[in-house]
Amino acid sequence: LATSQPRHARLYRFRADAPTTTMQRIKGLTTGSLPTFIDVGSNFATYAIQEDNLLAQLVQNGRRVVFMGDDTWEGLFPKKFFRSYFFPSFNVKDLHTVDDGILQHLYPTVDSGEWDVLIAHFLGVDHCGHKHGPDHPEMAKKLTQMNEMLRSLVDHLGNDTLLLVAGDHGMTQTGDHGGDSEKEVNAALFVYSKTPLFSTGLPEEPETVPQVNLVPTVALLLGVPIPYSNIGEVMAELFSGDGDAVSAALQQLSVYHINAKQVDRFLHSYSLVAQDLPADQLQHLRELFSSTVEEHTRLLAQMQEATLVPAELESRLGSLIRRFQLYLQEARAVCTQSWARFHPLRMVGGCTLIAASCLLCYVASELATASDSFYRSCLLYPLLWSLVVAVLLGLARAFTQEGLDILLVSSWAAAASQLGFFWYWWGQHPKRAHLVGSQPPLASIGLRQRLRAWLGLAFPMGILLFRCGAMFSDSFVVAEARVAPFLLASLVMLLVGKLHWDGHLTVPEGPKQQLLGFSSYRREIWYLLCLMAALLVCVRLSGFFHQCREEIPQCQPSLFLSPLASLRNTRAKNLFYLLCVALLAGLVYAVRSWLRHYGNLNSSEPLVLFVRWGFPLVVLCIACYWAVASSADDSLGKLQELVQVAVVVFPWAVYGLASVGLLLLLCNPMTVFAKDTREPAGSIVTPYLGVPSSEVDFLHVIPQIYKRMQESQKSRLEQGSCRATVAAYGLGSVYSAALVIALTLLGFLLMLLHSERLSLAFLLLFLEAFVLLHMHARARGLAGDAEPFSVPWYAVISWLLAASQFFYSTGHQPIFPAIHWNAAFVGFHLDHSTNLLPAVLVGANTFASHILFAVGCPLLLLWPFVCEMPSLQKRKPKKEPREELQEVEEHMMEMRLRESPEKFSTALLQLGLKYLFVLGTQLLACVCAAMILRRHLMVWKVFAPKFLFESLGFVVSSICLLLGISLVMRVDCAVSTWFSQLQLR
Amino acid sequence: MKEAEIRKLLAANLLSVFSVVLSAVVPAFFWDGFTVLGTHLAWLCICSVCVSTLNIILHLVLKPNLSPKRSSFAHKISRFLKCCIYFFMSCILFHAIIVLYGAPLIESVTETFLFAVLLSAFTTLQCLCMLGPNIQAWIRVFSKNGAMSIWESSLQITTMCSILGAWFGAFPIPLDWDRPWQV
Repeated sequence: LATSQPRHARLYRFRADAPTTTMQRIKGLTTGSLPTFIDVGSNFATYAIQEDNLLAQLVQNGRRVVFMGDDTWEGLFPKKFFRSYFFPSFNVKDLHTVDDGILQHLYPTVDSGEWDVLIAHFLGVDHCGHKHGPDHPEMAKKLTQMNEMLRSLVDHLGNDTLLLVAGDHGMTQTGDHGGDSEKEVNAALFVYSKTPLFSTGLPEEPETVPQVNLVPTVALLLGVPIPYSNIGEVMAELFSGDGDAVSAALQQLSVYHINAKQVDRFLHSYSLVAQDLPADQLQHLRELFSSTVEEHTRLLAQMQEATLVPAELESRLGSLIRRFQLYLQEARAVCTQSWARFHPLRMVGGCTLIAASCLLCYVASELATASDSFYRSCLLYPLLWSLVVAVLLGLARAFTQEGLDILLVSSWAAAASQLGFFWYWWGQHPKRAHLVGSQPPLASIGLRQRLRAWLGLAFPMGILLFRCGAMFSDSFVVAEARVAPFLLASLVMLLVGKLHWDGHLTVPEGPKQQLLGFSSYRREIWYLLCLMAALLVCVRLSGFFHQCREEIPQCQPSLFLSPLASLRNTRAKNLFYLLCVALLAGLVYAVRSWLRHYGNLNSSEPLVLFVRWGFPLVVLCIACYWAVASSADDSLGKLQELVQVAVVVFPWAVYGLASVGLLLLLCNPMTVFAKDTREPAGSIVTPYLGVPSSEVDFLHVIPQIYKRMQESQKSRLEQGSCRATVAAYGLGSVYSAALVIALTLLGFLLMLLHSERLSLAFLLLFLEAFVLLHMHARARGLAGDAEPFSVPWYAVISWLLAASQFFYSTGHQPIFPAIHWNAAFVGFHLDHSTNLLPAVLVGANTFASHILFAVGCPLLLLWPFVCEMPSLQKRKPKKEPREELQEVEEHMMEMRLRESPEKFSTALLQLGLKYLFVLGTQLLACVCAAMILRRHLMVWKVFAPKFLFESLGFVVSSICLLLGISLVMRVDCAVSTWFSQLQLR
Repeated sequence: MKEAEIRKLLAANLLSVFSVVLSAVVPAFFWDGFTVLGTHLAWLCICSVCVSTLNIILHLVLKPNLSPKRSSFAHKISRFLKCCIYFFMSCILFHAIIVLYGAPLIESVTETFLFAVLLSAFTTLQCLCMLGPNIQAWIRVFSKNGAMSIWESSLQITTMCSILGAWFGAFPIPLDWDRPWQV
């Protein structure tokens, strides 16, 4: 059309401002101002636009606005439309509902003529891009459909109608949008009218038009005032009309004048309210504006006197127009440059708050083992303090009739509680110093030990420092997907190297051997080296699942990220599908065999039954869902309806089964099978005390009970029939078993939310976590730590590094286009009624690795106890029966934790605090980076999204950490009740 | 005795540093268009060859480990072969570790491998010269309180610093100072 009727139509390149999400674009297209970044999160939870906008102006001036399409508009402009046909927009998998609906209503409405402005927002192409990507046959179909629509629409148009066809944003190679890459911000604008619009022919290269320019143009064309906050510039070409050059220029000039006046008014009032526009630039703009306006009035006056020759008039008009243009463009540039407001005071306050909390976590984790009264004084009182302060502040605010700022109040409360903590800590400090001072020789030893401990800390803390430092450079944030695995690998290598350096790996040899310079490794070294190699391979392999950022131009997004449905090669699709399902089955098999190995699969409790039969069922459901979801859209023909049902039913089955499993886990987390072999009336012989004379002794017996059938039988045989005992299977790993089951269930849920082939990444995740735990346990065993109840820093840091590594390896990036919106539709074919559920689903998808690692965090404490077993088992047969008793004592595994409950809870607390400290340090680095670099070129592209993702991840991690720890506590309770029941029998 | 040894050690280390510098500077006179960054492959080759020859020469001249027993020619040959095998193995091992640390698997294999060779020249070759193909001795040297002579502690320090330097060398990789917007 543009080529056949050059005076009627024109194609422009339409530049959107970031962020290119739909709601922001709609706002931009109607108010003409720039969006603020924080709005992106509420993309799908629209609220009405408060500002002055095009539609409001239209309605005020009695125009009839008809709308059809995306229901985002309904939220933005409630009750503004003369008539409207809304269709749900959120389900990106649904390609046709919106478009078909619009097409149904479009032509009748156009023909009826009962409208002044008609807006039709098609979504098919956008959704198609999200679902299939830009180069898919479906996209071609969709685009053909749109083309047909335009063609017939042009035939329906009246002579006085202007047709504007605009895309609100472009899309990246993967079909997503939201960022500000070249591909995302570029869309097309097509202008057409049956009456000739343009005086000149077609330009060679389509002009580039910023998106906000549409607002004043449309407003002035329709004869309504320009919206107040507009900073766009009118598209003068559309106002040239069909007169001669002078009249056209005059018309354009008047239009520019109106536009400039409006922008100036807006800038003036804005700069009065906020001081963030640089003053000198503002001054410059004002000068430009006033001089131009003067010129304009002078010109108009001269015009009226008609003293000018047309040629001079034309040139002066031209220059004036150019000056107006210049003014408008500069104004826009100024606004774009600094459109964000910052509260430096609050920022600093927040930073100090986070820093103080980090310090608190650190101090508390160091102190946790120190004293018993510690809890009440240091943790409980500050909480009370904070409550008091919060209430006081709230009352003060209420009395002064000011609006209650929840954020401020809560931060003050937190600050107060921290102050309280440090106060008590400081109060305790002198006391302890005094205590230490009374024993001078001890103190010096303590100092040296402390020094050594500090040196030991230096390695993992150094790694953590590097990680935090990396947050301050945009290129390191961009490359973080590779930085995290690098640091993790380094940390693990360091650990092994340090063990070697300290000589824990070599067999302690006699002085004679040492003189010869020989030393040989223990056998465990090979095991450790294999573990390390496995870990490194895992880390390397997980690098194949990375998503791309646009900052790295040569990067290709991983093949595994796209859903199987987008794969066109049927054979490859089937192959991948089978592989994924096989891996799932393998995961289930591995978990089951692990549980069986530790004897947790013997009882007939509902939970164990669930693990036995429910897990395969879950896998079956996931496999069926994948099969249905990955099948081609149209290939099934008649089965379409069945497929529609199946797509919903299978995920629901998985959700249901998983929640049943978690509930069972909560109700009865015991995976212990007790076999009572006591003589009904006989005496119970304990290993060392004979007949239990008191309950205390009895409690002492039970932890020593054997884990497995054979052992109990063997020991009974060895020790003769003088002793009868209760055989409890899987008591030794009861805590970890519960955690492992919970983790597996969560893993299934999260896998369901990801695309099919990412299950490979999840398998790697489980494998890597397993290897890490084993290494940790092994290192603990080799180093022979004095205090088994504290988890060393390196373990915590490596655990967290692994978490952030798998954030990237499950195909995420801390940028908005990389969010997997598809996750919101797993199990929901149609639209959501609320916004909460999809938010939870997408959040779970995004922070999958954070969730898994945080819940699994207590395993770091438990695993060394679980792994005590195998090494002792080997030595067992050689031992004398008499030594058997001591051996038996060491079989307690996690039951050791039961022996000293207060130590156990302290250890849990300490672990949690350490984890929080490391998390908090990362967050602090992020926050500081975002604060210090808030005027950086890349702040909106790199630091701000990173900060948002990191803080969300922090919240998710801490919640999950709490859940994991509370699960362990629940198991603890269950174990105690179990013991008391056993005792009653 | 000790003074002399320290002087020798100093001379050896200075020579090593000198050879590295020379390997970067000298070829430019013979070969047009040679720069360290531009023709990095050639430089890697030259540097590793330089360092390894220097190490071997130094070892032959200075003889830091005085082996009391004289060994037969065949024994020497077998020792030499063993050393070669060890060196090659260490190259492969370093290559594997570098790849596991995130180097690309297929593209720029030559770069990676040459880097591994260079790293081996700095670490493994020195160990081989000093300690011979004797794993037990290596293990002894690289543990706490393991070094028994000044030569061995120097070995410890140079090897660890080489590896540490290689590790730090990875840090500037993500920097994007060559992009157009970084004026």
